[in-house]
Amino acid sequence: MISQLTVSERGMALTLSGLGVLVGLLMAAFGDGDLMGAQGWVVMAFCLVIFGIVLRKIYDPEPTEDRSTSYYDDPTRVGILLALFWAVVGMGVGVWVAAMLAWPELRFDAAWSSFGRVRPVHTSGVIFGFGGNALLATSFHIMQRTTRARMPSQVAPWFVLIGFNLFCVVAASGYLMGVTQSREYAEPEWYADIWLVVVWVTYFLLYIRTLARRKEPHIYVANWYFLAFILVVAILHIVNNLAVPISLTAARSYSAFSGVQDAMTQWWYGHNAVAFFLTSGFLGMLYYFLPKRAERPIYSYRLSILSFWGITFFYIWAGSHHLHYTALPHWVQTLGMTFSVMLLVPSWASAGNALLTLNGAWRKVRDDATLRFMMVAVVFYGLSTFEGSFMAIRPVNGLSHYTDWTVGHVHAGAMGWVAMISFGAIYALSPLLWRRENIYSWKAVEWHFWLALGGTVVYVFAMWNGGITQGLMWRTYSESGTLKYSFIESMVTMHPFYVARTIGGLMFLTGACIGFWNVVMTILHMPAKKPESDTPSQAAGASALPAAE
Amino acid sequence: MTILTLLIPITLCMGAVGLGAFFWSLRSGQYEDLSGDAERILFDDDAPLAPPSSKRPPDTPSLSTTKETRK
Repeated sequence: MISQLTVSERGMALTLSGLGVLVGLLMAAFGDGDLMGAQGWVVMAFCLVIFGIVLRKIYDPEPTEDRSTSYYDDPTRVGILLALFWAVVGMGVGVWVAAMLAWPELRFDAAWSSFGRVRPVHTSGVIFGFGGNALLATSFHIMQRTTRARMPSQVAPWFVLIGFNLFCVVAASGYLMGVTQSREYAEPEWYADIWLVVVWVTYFLLYIRTLARRKEPHIYVANWYFLAFILVVAILHIVNNLAVPISLTAARSYSAFSGVQDAMTQWWYGHNAVAFFLTSGFLGMLYYFLPKRAERPIYSYRLSILSFWGITFFYIWAGSHHLHYTALPHWVQTLGMTFSVMLLVPSWASAGNALLTLNGAWRKVRDDATLRFMMVAVVFYGLSTFEGSFMAIRPVNGLSHYTDWTVGHVHAGAMGWVAMISFGAIYALSPLLWRRENIYSWKAVEWHFWLALGGTVVYVFAMWNGGITQGLMWRTYSESGTLKYSFIESMVTMHPFYVARTIGGLMFLTGACIGFWNVVMTILHMPAKKPESDTPSQAAGASALPAAE
Repeated sequence: MTILTLLIPITLCMGAVGLGAFFWSLRSGQYEDLSGDAERILFDDDAPLAPPSSKRPPDTPSLSTTKETRK
């Protein structure tokens, strides 16, 4: 890995990680007595590890190969392993917090283990740690293959990948210490937010520069989805995190907005994080890996482009449906609701397009668990986008809001769609990236698939039933016009559903552990396979460029 | 709702950027061979195309010839 870098690139890596150590030290020194100091030690330890890794190989011989003849895959490989690592961590913590709701003794009575601190470790761990790393890794792969060009730099992708993971580590460790902005999915404090902007701008420039070098004139639709993901997330992140720190040496800030203004900004961000982080980016993954694995082009390429522009223009207006029946003006709620319902069209266009691509390849879906992961992901994408549009309608939201139905909806999307498509992509990618003959154990992939599907179904059904029961109990009146059930009665009713949810989550986690093990075993124990064409003459060979008429 | 005077212009600007990107893609001929574009991703051979300056055997087709066959 390091030996693939030239001496000047190694110097650059040392400088950057050295600067990181220095920044960590300054944070620790000046933030002493504040949580900023503790965060400084985390930054320092992280950057020291990177510094050490580079330093150990600093005198390795320089690479001699002609770089233009191969893709740069090292960051993709590491990104996939990091994604799987975060999957196990994030889902493991998720099972714990789910169990904590069913059996409160599991709270263990320490400050760091309180529900409010542990839950964001789960949400950030799976969304940013697992999902984010999977998106980074697959986007590096897809942008090079579809443009048929190597990335322009060897340092930038590492900076993006490692910098992003530094953000995740600072965020997760901060939550446990009690550092939070109390904004859902945007909990990290101001210094972590500024760092993420630096990383994200580098990511955007890397993508644009790769596209500018493209040898293939057409920009494949997956790239558009990834570009929208990068660009929109950058703007959302910046606007939502506008805040004034109480001091430059304190891990605490106050939002630039207040009251309902602040809530509106937060949900403008929050819903579009779902749209552009958890949907757009993963659709990019889908539009590349599903046709590749099924070995047939997407059913209607025209429709895929149409649904891209549809999602781009509609999604950004839907955020206010999170604030039905609040102080937000009625017309803004109605606007958000209308766009949410309209969103069903481009969402189902993508889902239908993907399923019709598989039409005629169902035999492959039956035999190949990797493709089956992708097929199930599409089905859950269709289901949860329908459910989302439905729940955004004001009277429906009156029943569902603040209940566990919302939690069920999110997990149908996160487990059924986001995680399934990521696992499908990871299984499709691993043997190719590590030049292995095959996956270590297909049986294990089958196990993972059925555990993941079973876990999702158990989880989602538990939360649907539990959530609707809860919502109905909260609005049932007695004959005298008072509420029939007390809040604690609805809590007691939820107990069996919470137990079922924990079991579903545990099944899903087990599957993810099997997946991690399987990928590691593939790397360690499968015989290497020399790629059929890895030389410049074959690179431009006839098979690479079929006549396209 | 002063926040809307911030969020709505930002959102409209993002839409305008999207619209600009769409018109660019339309004008630069991105959508002229949709079925070919959809199929070509299936045929990569896991190495980037050699840059035009590098030593490529004369018998292998270059990108410019494919462009011609597409028209």
